[in-house]
Amino acid sequence: MRAHLILKDGTIFRGRAPLGFGGGGEAVFTTAMAGYQEILTDPSFAGQMVCMTFPEQGIYGIHADLNEGTRPWATGLLCRRLTFAPDHHRCEGDLPSWLKRHHIPVMTDLDTRALTQHLRDQGSQPSLIWTEVDGSLDAGVAKAKALPDMTGQALCGEVSCRDRYELNPGGALKVAVLDGGIKLSILNQLVGVGLNLEVFPWDTPASELTDKRFHGLFLSNGPGDPAALPGMQKEVEACIGKLPIFGICLGHQLLGQAFGGKTFKLKFGHRGANQPVHDLMTGRIEITAQNHGFAVDENGLPGDLVVTHKHLSDGTVEGLRHTKLPIFSLQHHPEASPGPHDAHPAFHRFVALLKEFHHA
Amino acid sequence: MPKRTDLKSVLVLGSGPIQIGQACEFDYSGTQALKALREEGIRTILLNSNPASIMTDANRADATYIEPLTLAVLEKVIEAEKPDAILPTVGGQTALNLAMEAHESGLLERTGVLLIGAQPEAIKRGEDRQLFKALMDDLGLETCRGGFAHNMSEARDLLKLTGFPAIIRPSFTLGGSGGGIAYNVDEFETIVARGLDLSPTKQVLIEESILGWKEFELEVVRDLDDNVEVICSIENFDPMGIHTGDSITVAPALTLTDPEYQKMRDAALAVIRAVGVETGGSNIQFALQPETSRIIVIEMNPRVSRSSALASKATGFPIAWVATKLALGYRLWELPNAITRMTKAAFEPVLDYVVVKIPRFTFEKFPQADKVLGTQMKSVGEVMSIGRSFQEALQKAVRSLEEGHKGLSGALEGKLDLGRLKEHLIIPGSQRIFWIYHALKAGHSVEELHRLTKITPWFLREIEEIVVLEGRLRSFPVDRLPEELLEKAKRAGFADNQIAVFCSGTEAEVAARREALGLRPAYKRVDTCSGEFKAETPYLYGTWEETSEAEPTDRPKAIVLGSGPNRIGQGVEFDCCCVQAVEAIRASGVEAILINCNPETVSTDFDTSDRLYFEPLTYEHVKAVVDREAAGGKLLGVFAQFGGQTPLKLASPLHEAGVKLLGTPLNTIMDAEDRERFGQALKRLNIPAPQWGMATSFEQAKDVAHRLSYPVMVRPSFVLGGRAMAVVFDDAGLEKYMREAVAVSNDQPVLLDRFLDGAQELDIDVVCDGEDVAIAGLLAHIEEAGIHSGDSYAVIPALGVPEEILETVKGYARKLALDLGVRGLMNLQFAVKDGIAYCLEANPRASRTVPFVSKATGVDWAGVAARIGLGQSLKAQGITDGVPRAVSVKGVVFPFAKFPGVDPVLGPEMKSTGEVMGIGDTFGEAYAKSLLAAGIPLPLSGTVFLTVNDADKARLPELAQKLVALGFGLCATEGTARTLDAVGIKVRKIFKVNEGRPNAVDLLKNGEVQWVINTPLGRDAFFDESAIRREALRLKIPCLTNLSAALAACEAVETLRGEMKVRAIQSL
Repeated sequence: MRAHLILKDGTIFRGRAPLGFGGGGEAVFTTAMAGYQEILTDPSFAGQMVCMTFPEQGIYGIHADLNEGTRPWATGLLCRRLTFAPDHHRCEGDLPSWLKRHHIPVMTDLDTRALTQHLRDQGSQPSLIWTEVDGSLDAGVAKAKALPDMTGQALCGEVSCRDRYELNPGGALKVAVLDGGIKLSILNQLVGVGLNLEVFPWDTPASELTDKRFHGLFLSNGPGDPAALPGMQKEVEACIGKLPIFGICLGHQLLGQAFGGKTFKLKFGHRGANQPVHDLMTGRIEITAQNHGFAVDENGLPGDLVVTHKHLSDGTVEGLRHTKLPIFSLQHHPEASPGPHDAHPAFHRFVALLKEFHHA
Repeated sequence: MPKRTDLKSVLVLGSGPIQIGQACEFDYSGTQALKALREEGIRTILLNSNPASIMTDANRADATYIEPLTLAVLEKVIEAEKPDAILPTVGGQTALNLAMEAHESGLLERTGVLLIGAQPEAIKRGEDRQLFKALMDDLGLETCRGGFAHNMSEARDLLKLTGFPAIIRPSFTLGGSGGGIAYNVDEFETIVARGLDLSPTKQVLIEESILGWKEFELEVVRDLDDNVEVICSIENFDPMGIHTGDSITVAPALTLTDPEYQKMRDAALAVIRAVGVETGGSNIQFALQPETSRIIVIEMNPRVSRSSALASKATGFPIAWVATKLALGYRLWELPNAITRMTKAAFEPVLDYVVVKIPRFTFEKFPQADKVLGTQMKSVGEVMSIGRSFQEALQKAVRSLEEGHKGLSGALEGKLDLGRLKEHLIIPGSQRIFWIYHALKAGHSVEELHRLTKITPWFLREIEEIVVLEGRLRSFPVDRLPEELLEKAKRAGFADNQIAVFCSGTEAEVAARREALGLRPAYKRVDTCSGEFKAETPYLYGTWEETSEAEPTDRPKAIVLGSGPNRIGQGVEFDCCCVQAVEAIRASGVEAILINCNPETVSTDFDTSDRLYFEPLTYEHVKAVVDREAAGGKLLGVFAQFGGQTPLKLASPLHEAGVKLLGTPLNTIMDAEDRERFGQALKRLNIPAPQWGMATSFEQAKDVAHRLSYPVMVRPSFVLGGRAMAVVFDDAGLEKYMREAVAVSNDQPVLLDRFLDGAQELDIDVVCDGEDVAIAGLLAHIEEAGIHSGDSYAVIPALGVPEEILETVKGYARKLALDLGVRGLMNLQFAVKDGIAYCLEANPRASRTVPFVSKATGVDWAGVAARIGLGQSLKAQGITDGVPRAVSVKGVVFPFAKFPGVDPVLGPEMKSTGEVMGIGDTFGEAYAKSLLAAGIPLPLSGTVFLTVNDADKARLPELAQKLVALGFGLCATEGTARTLDAVGIKVRKIFKVNEGRPNAVDLLKNGEVQWVINTPLGRDAFFDESAIRREALRLKIPCLTNLSAALAACEAVETLRGEMKVRAIQSL
């Protein structure tokens, strides 16, 4: 079925909607060449339609062990070509059927490069996949113009777990996990370094998270605007100084805010598996996986919160460490998935921090 | 940590002549390295024997030594230049081996010269398969089951471990030469014996078969802070079992999940760290078992490679340039990303397109060669294409090959015997991709094809979709082609002229239909980052989408058409001409735009031209670029004279479409290329030419031959590199030729020339501006007529040819250039017999010898020609005849070692892959160096085995006396010995192979002969002689098949016995 992608700024791209239905969400692009399933199921993509810049998608199909969330959270897939007959020994189905089953719209035959360049120059923005049965293009443009911006949107409630649950009960060190939309890979990595986890819904009060039974607290990634989560921010603030804390992505942003810093929306974000991060402590570069549209503003951070990592391309904050408290955070994704494993040691760093704190 | 400051001068080692497994990718990497060094103010010294390369142009290094790549020469260069360091990692295996030799001989230690880029220990760990395997075990990385054997009994023991099929690879050979796959005991013993013999360390690796596994490569760079990044992943379309150089490959890897890819990436990082390549690029190969995702490490190259050239072009990340900077101490995050300019080189490039590489083979040149693809590389070049889908890139790449394919469909339509389908699918050959297409078309399933070929089903299904599209296209006439279908077809890579065939129309009609529907190509930029940052560098490819980023400038501009894939007859020398032309154009204030599809070259470096279009060199693709560029600024026109025959073929359709040709006009091209018209011109100007005729049947040919009288030279009209050319001596030979060698038709007659046997051939390059003519260079062939000019050693100045003949030939050349209306370069060939110079042929373009002549005379002749095309006269440029600055000999190298079973004998069909240059004060010195550079170290003492044909017997005594005077012992076959007896020279008589034992081959095997001089006797003695030549080749005993060359070699021997001088071309 013919379809158009209509951006809030009125720009129109033509393509096809092979599943026969459209949808909407913030149009963002990722330059990760593989890993569409991990990306689509990553809760941080909630409310977003993802443009995959690599033109061939779906080649190896859908695998049972590649999910990062309980379902696809992205609200649409924007791509150039889609494989309907995938090929891999572990493949359990094809990408288009899987999307159809979850009613996630997909647009193909798009000039994804032109779309990417537009988003790069004009910024990520709300958009619609408007099929030929949805009505006139004018009606679509009018509808797109009325879409709400991502700024100000609180989305953690949609993707967080509803009830507390425990993982790896045999682990010696016990960590509370605040789930703002956590990726399964992060849980796997935390379990992989031997931690016993208790995962809490996003709106859990600090008093529960800082219970005596916990050796540390982990703040997860998640979707939406970090500035739209004052409640979470307040609870995080209340945890500070009580136990060691490690935050990733949204968790990193919440920590920044809790210390009085501000977050701001990046024009088109960092999304990909090739992002160079300068580790200011070692002077070395890590190639990282990233997925964020907001960042912590370096200005306005208190003096005892030091920037440990910076993005090599635009100098934005990629990591923070408190000089007195056992707290650190990363904007990028050390669990990768999809992406390179250069930043994996961050999970060991957390364990070391926990041990150091509890020996002291 | 910034760059180190202790290095003031660096010696770069080149890779020598182009050969299979080591082609012009090292011209690209070496040129980038020199640039990277000079940017830092470092004095650069280059040692490379290949004059056809851009890197040996005098303006690329401060001191350029075009000398043999041997330890003795290296020592002299070090003595003369006292470099602080040697960069050995950009000149392929040749450079690495020479550096290791220098290290092991103590030369480096003695002279205090450092190695940068890779240390000897790391090179050893990376290259020595045994050390490497042990290292992988330590890292916990899997490798193949198997081990090393140093003799047959060890090999048999290992066979118990691996079973059949077993893979055998000799250690330390070029391009895996001498390796193979054994399915039975006989094959096993043969290949092991050959491998043990070829390996300089007498060692072979024997491993379990991983045939049919998926094959991948990762290109990795590392800096001194241990930052490692993967520049590009490459997936082989052809599964394990075919050398990656002979495989169709795609980038990035397409069929891997992220966990699989990351596992490979983790392993690659671990490997480069453990091997200890401190800085620079490495290539690491992996195999993945498709049923289990089990990954094993195959090997690594601790240097930039053919794959890194491909990866550089595929991503826009200049690996060799970066590697050189890293060797100087820079960190990755300190270096700029050359395309975005605002970001850094510390990142991993991402692609938003698909790249396909297809190797180019020249089996038609070696009919006796085994055409089955295996672990030993056999291709001579490659093409790359870029598309927004695998399908598009694949079909564009197929067109780029210039083998007559418009896409996957077509060229072989009806020519494939589907009865032999299975055989062609199971046994991989160079045409397998077309067999696959036609098998799918004939209704065979993807599953069946996968079973037979082991090719990943996804690739096969994509090809099946192309088959389906072809079927849909066939159901429409051109003017009814639906928009949606036509767009889909273009996006799947179908060419207009292909669709025209399906829809019974013409290419022009399909183009018109497209235009009417608003379907035009869009140009996208290769930017390393998938559009995340703005690309400042116009490195473009065409596809079928709406938004174009060509953004033509408003400057005056000229387009240079490149030379396409390397092949025998059209190699790096044409790329060198294109690059010289581009530089001249840029220096003239005109924007230079280059179109080419060869990823190995300097011309396709996005830095070389102002704008690079990486596109197939076909009419449709070139015309589309012309149209796009004409939309802005002033397009002066298109240069078709620098890229060899490839662009020349496009001259006519471009001219007809109203595109202006810069330089020589179409009419002149036709006058020179068309035999009839050229004959008229020669007659008009009173220039002698051999009598000739044309024929379309054997009967006609016989009549012509009788009129001309035998021997005659026969060839199809319009050929390159002497394809299917032969000298025939009688009716029987002619009949056989007409029956077997060529498909003759009315459009494609056969040309017959009277063959001037024993003539002296001359090669002359001229430039003409319409008013004046400058003789760039006049070369005398060392071999006599009958051997293709590309295969002949040649000397400039033309020593040994009487001055008045040279003046006559120059006069003819001037007259012809002016009469035909040449604007730019032209190459002419003459044969001199009995004091008369006959004009054999004209090429209205830059020739193969132009770069060599440029180096010999110190003038960039292709640049001169380009400036003429832009309207600058020779006078204005201050250019007159070239003056040779020393005696220079062009030598050649042949791929015979790669084709066991092929008779290493020369003839009118070109067979060499590359050339070398020897520079000296005397002919002897220059010739000796050229032989040395070509890998033929003449013996200084010992026994020479002589066997010559009757025609050569007259000059035999002269040769024999010279050899005796030099102190060589002589032995000869019966007839040759008798001739010598008659003039009082006693020689030992030897049996021919079929006469008794011990025979000539026995003597070779026993080491009793150090030099073979064998001029072919013709068909009767064919098997006997070819057995001798093959054995000589195998044992690396020099074998000259030509008496003139042998006489010249005597002079060379004298030189070799004395002290050899080396000189930088800048000092000539």
